[in-house]
Amino acid sequence: MRLEPREHQSLALLVGYPVLALAFAAVVCALLVMLTGASPFQGFGLMLKGALGTQFAFFETLTRATPLIFTGLAAAVAFRAKLWNIGAEAQLYMGAVMTVVLGTGLLPLPWPILWPVLMVSAMIGGALVLSVPTFLKTRFGVDEVVTTLLLNFIVLLFVSMLLEGVLKDPMGLGWPQSKKVIADAQLPKLVQGKRLHLGFVIAVLAALAVWIVDRKSALGYEMRAVGHNAKAAHFAGIPVNRVLAKTALLSGGLAGLAGWSEVTGLKGNLTLDLSPGFGYSGIVVAMLALLHPIGVVAAAIFVAAVFVGADAMSRTAGVPSYIAHVMVAVSLLSMVTAIMLTRYRLRWR
Amino acid sequence: MEAFEILFTASLWAAAVRIASPLIFGTLGELICERAGVLNLGIEGIMTAGAFSGWLAVYLGGDLWLGVAVAALVGACLGLLHGFMVVPLGLSQHVTGIGITLLATALSYYFYRIAFPEVTSPPKIEPFAVFPVPGLADLPIIGPALFQQTPLTYLAFIAVALVAWFLYRTPAGLAVRTVGENPAAAEAQGINVVTVRILAVMAGSALMGIGGSFITLSAFNSFFFEMTNGRGWICIALVVFAAWQPGKALLGAILFGLFDAYQLRLQQLAGSVVPYQVFLMLPFVLSVVALIVMSRRVAYPRALMVPYRKGER
Repeated sequence: MRLEPREHQSLALLVGYPVLALAFAAVVCALLVMLTGASPFQGFGLMLKGALGTQFAFFETLTRATPLIFTGLAAAVAFRAKLWNIGAEAQLYMGAVMTVVLGTGLLPLPWPILWPVLMVSAMIGGALVLSVPTFLKTRFGVDEVVTTLLLNFIVLLFVSMLLEGVLKDPMGLGWPQSKKVIADAQLPKLVQGKRLHLGFVIAVLAALAVWIVDRKSALGYEMRAVGHNAKAAHFAGIPVNRVLAKTALLSGGLAGLAGWSEVTGLKGNLTLDLSPGFGYSGIVVAMLALLHPIGVVAAAIFVAAVFVGADAMSRTAGVPSYIAHVMVAVSLLSMVTAIMLTRYRLRWR
Repeated sequence: MEAFEILFTASLWAAAVRIASPLIFGTLGELICERAGVLNLGIEGIMTAGAFSGWLAVYLGGDLWLGVAVAALVGACLGLLHGFMVVPLGLSQHVTGIGITLLATALSYYFYRIAFPEVTSPPKIEPFAVFPVPGLADLPIIGPALFQQTPLTYLAFIAVALVAWFLYRTPAGLAVRTVGENPAAAEAQGINVVTVRILAVMAGSALMGIGGSFITLSAFNSFFFEMTNGRGWICIALVVFAAWQPGKALLGAILFGLFDAYQLRLQQLAGSVVPYQVFLMLPFVLSVVALIVMSRRVAYPRALMVPYRKGER
């Protein structure tokens, strides 16, 4: 068996294979749903209705998509430059830590000043976390995959320490949680009485900004060059290490914003369950979007719909909600395979 | 002073070897994959799947060793999937590995919830009992540490010797090392690079599965969510620390186990002064430090993470 590059890719191919990939994921999950005794058609029906069927469900999906857009952008930006940032989870939490440190009363500023201050500090928090592995990579040649993964555990324990120590809310009845951010730090809801908040709009704007940086700026060009072939980029006079450092700041900063928007838009305070794996799901979002910033928005909404829909299905049909994680993982694996098949042809001999 | 005296207690050393056991399996497994040129980031999920499937087999009435075999088989199957995607298809080893971890973890949790929809306390099994080696178990310190363990720990020691013998003393081991160093040269020798790599990933993943089963069949007696708790990622760091050599992998895992056992005891001693999270952080920090120290003189397999396509340079 070998692979042969295709000379040209027809549109049918470019659309067909990804659709097939998602269909494959759906079939795998249908089989798993059947194991529980529930009907897969009914299950998917419940899922679709629970994710997009009502206005409430749709807003809920967009709410869940908001942090995924940020972490998806973080992964996409880094992966484009072949900086393997698997630590968006840690960067998200550090962004949230910065938000509650400054936003719970330390800076009594009006919102037009406080919002940008908090955003920038959340970005700095996330960026600092990623700059450690990036420095170790460029200076000592330590593989960033392992260090970013290990940092996820270190940072989560650090947050746990803060929440049981200096950041603990004295009125929190002993729970490890921070104080609520002040009213001027909170993002308004987009629709009265719903959970959907301004963070979603900011996430979409962030995607647009990343797209413009990627397409129109010298940095975007350099990042892609480094990702494509670091050695060639070096010979072309691109300062590879400096580009990687900038990539890390951008990627870590975007993940930090996910923490900021969850705290100021949705939760109000910081707890240890702020993120149910948004950092890891961001990797899936980025890959489903083929690392394209605008695609990230669509992919994040898709992944969020799967999670929200599965929750609804689990409540009504008794199918464990972990089916969503299975579906997302199978989608990731089948999608990367499908994308490869649009570029190469399989030859059996 | 008390903190120093702990170092001479037999229970510390016994705990160190116990904590090291799953890491020995995992590190050996990752080492075989990487020696063949394939990074396997599926390890965290494969260990979780091994922990769950091995435990489930025993819970459903199987023998403990059947549980270990099931864990190995499940590991090998996930290894086959990873191997197929990254070797002949040449997909990104990073992304595929993370995907395998997400998939294996999700499937384990899903099946656990199907099997036990509404349990408040996790169901238990009768785990491996300690098997003292006659004659050697009564030695001071060394006895409790090395010869008063469960059979799976002894299997871990045997696995180190077997893997070392396999890699350095058999033609198949040479083939594995060659495809990881210079696949084109291996091909010229008549070695089928794709087959060797896939088999190596399957064998390595089977060891990861056994490592996972140690957690549920020997260290504990039930399955919890998030039980693997980063052990797989630590194994990946240990492979670098061990410079891709089985003997050093054993040493690294035991050093790590010793450190982890020691911090647990220090935690009880100084828990009121220093937050317990600091102690829990130390093993992960130590792994990062070890990576930095070793980065100076690593001789990683030359073709690690380089997909091989026949006729391409």
